[in-house]
Amino acid sequence: MRDVMADAWLIARKDLSIEFRTRSAFLSAVVFSLLAIVIFFFAWDATAVPAIDLAPGVLWVIFVFSGLLGMHRSFGVEEPDRAIDGLIAAPIARESIFLGKAIASLVFIVAIQVIAIPAVALFYNLPLGKIAAPIAAIAVLAAIGLVAVGTLFSAMAVNTRLAELLLPMLALPFFVPIVIPAAQATAKLMSGRPVGEAVAWLKLLIAFDIVFVVACALAYPFTIEE
Amino acid sequence: MQSSAAPVITTENLTRKFGARRAVDSVSISVSSGESLVLFGPNGAGKTTLLRMLGGILKPSSGGAKIGDVSMPGGADVRRRIGIVSHHSLLYDALTARENVEFAARLYGVRQYRQNAMQALEAMQIDDRADTRVSELSRGMKQRVSVARAIVHNPDVLLADEPFTGLDVVGAKALSTLLIESRSRGAALVIVTHNVDEGLSLATRAAIMNRGSMVSIEDRTAIEPHSFGSRYAAMVSADA
Repeated sequence: MRDVMADAWLIARKDLSIEFRTRSAFLSAVVFSLLAIVIFFFAWDATAVPAIDLAPGVLWVIFVFSGLLGMHRSFGVEEPDRAIDGLIAAPIARESIFLGKAIASLVFIVAIQVIAIPAVALFYNLPLGKIAAPIAAIAVLAAIGLVAVGTLFSAMAVNTRLAELLLPMLALPFFVPIVIPAAQATAKLMSGRPVGEAVAWLKLLIAFDIVFVVACALAYPFTIEE
Repeated sequence: MQSSAAPVITTENLTRKFGARRAVDSVSISVSSGESLVLFGPNGAGKTTLLRMLGGILKPSSGGAKIGDVSMPGGADVRRRIGIVSHHSLLYDALTARENVEFAARLYGVRQYRQNAMQALEAMQIDDRADTRVSELSRGMKQRVSVARAIVHNPDVLLADEPFTGLDVVGAKALSTLLIESRSRGAALVIVTHNVDEGLSLATRAAIMNRGSMVSIEDRTAIEPHSFGSRYAAMVSADA
């Protein structure tokens, strides 16, 4: 297990180095996030819908779609010179490839969240101060589930001609069980309810995280076998 | 002459189908330590598919391949013994040559990965561009880095798919020297090439594949280069 995690970290560091240098997916995701916040903000009638009802939805729409950009790139970087063959032939567990890709995508999504959450709070005038820590915890927990599913489907979609289309089509239905408890828990906290009221949703979120991480890590080796 | 040593690479009726098409059809070969089997064959003959199965990248449809006593794709121990030069570079454009080779070294569990990476780049005479991003290298330079990537862990089985592609005279000479040295220290080589002169200069045995099957395997000592070249050219022309 130590070897699996060490190899996963090696692959994640490689992916993050590539993203840090090219910044192609990250910049696209940040621009998309900020643009979406602005569009939602100007389409919003503050007299009809309170900010605390709208903001959690805005937040999770942004995370899901900006996250897809990063997940698509996850296996996309392996394609141009078939570097994935180098990983498959290497003396490492297939699971470490999956985990490495998932860790890199997790860092990507968390980086988007670090920018998007304060931006949403700013636009919708949300008192984030006291609930910042629990909101961050929810965001990270949901990101774990999203990257597990997204990484698996990215591996499946990358070799197809319509990868950009196929990844969201495959992944979005599986994102629903993650996004519902995450959005519900976020809404409870943003509306000033005590953390205890969000615990049931958090438990559900953690349960789906465990199921998706284990199932996707076990299923991944089958996606790369030709 | 085929070595009397125990074979390092063995295939038995190795077959790979893509749909109804048999890309590799019941191929049985063995390559021992210190041997280099050079594979010739027209495009689509199945050479690359054969190498991909030997390297554990592709699963056979039937039959099997072994490295030592272990059936491929095998576990980490057997895959650590194999070096692969693919006709894709297997490199990341955004990383430097050194970072690519060091990454491969670490994947293969090389402890002194920095030192080994530089040695491999030096062997391919590309160490002066070690800190250049791969995206900024020419096709031939990329190929040199790709070879360095394949040998950084000192494999005792080297599978090379058209390794001379894109190399200039200096690069080709460095690669020939490296392959001959690897063979001398006991590595088993399988090399795919279209260049008959280059291939025969490296071969201890030469084989011709066509339409997925092994048409001939001959000891290098029994081959007269001119007639072999003519025979191979005739086969490629007939197949075109």
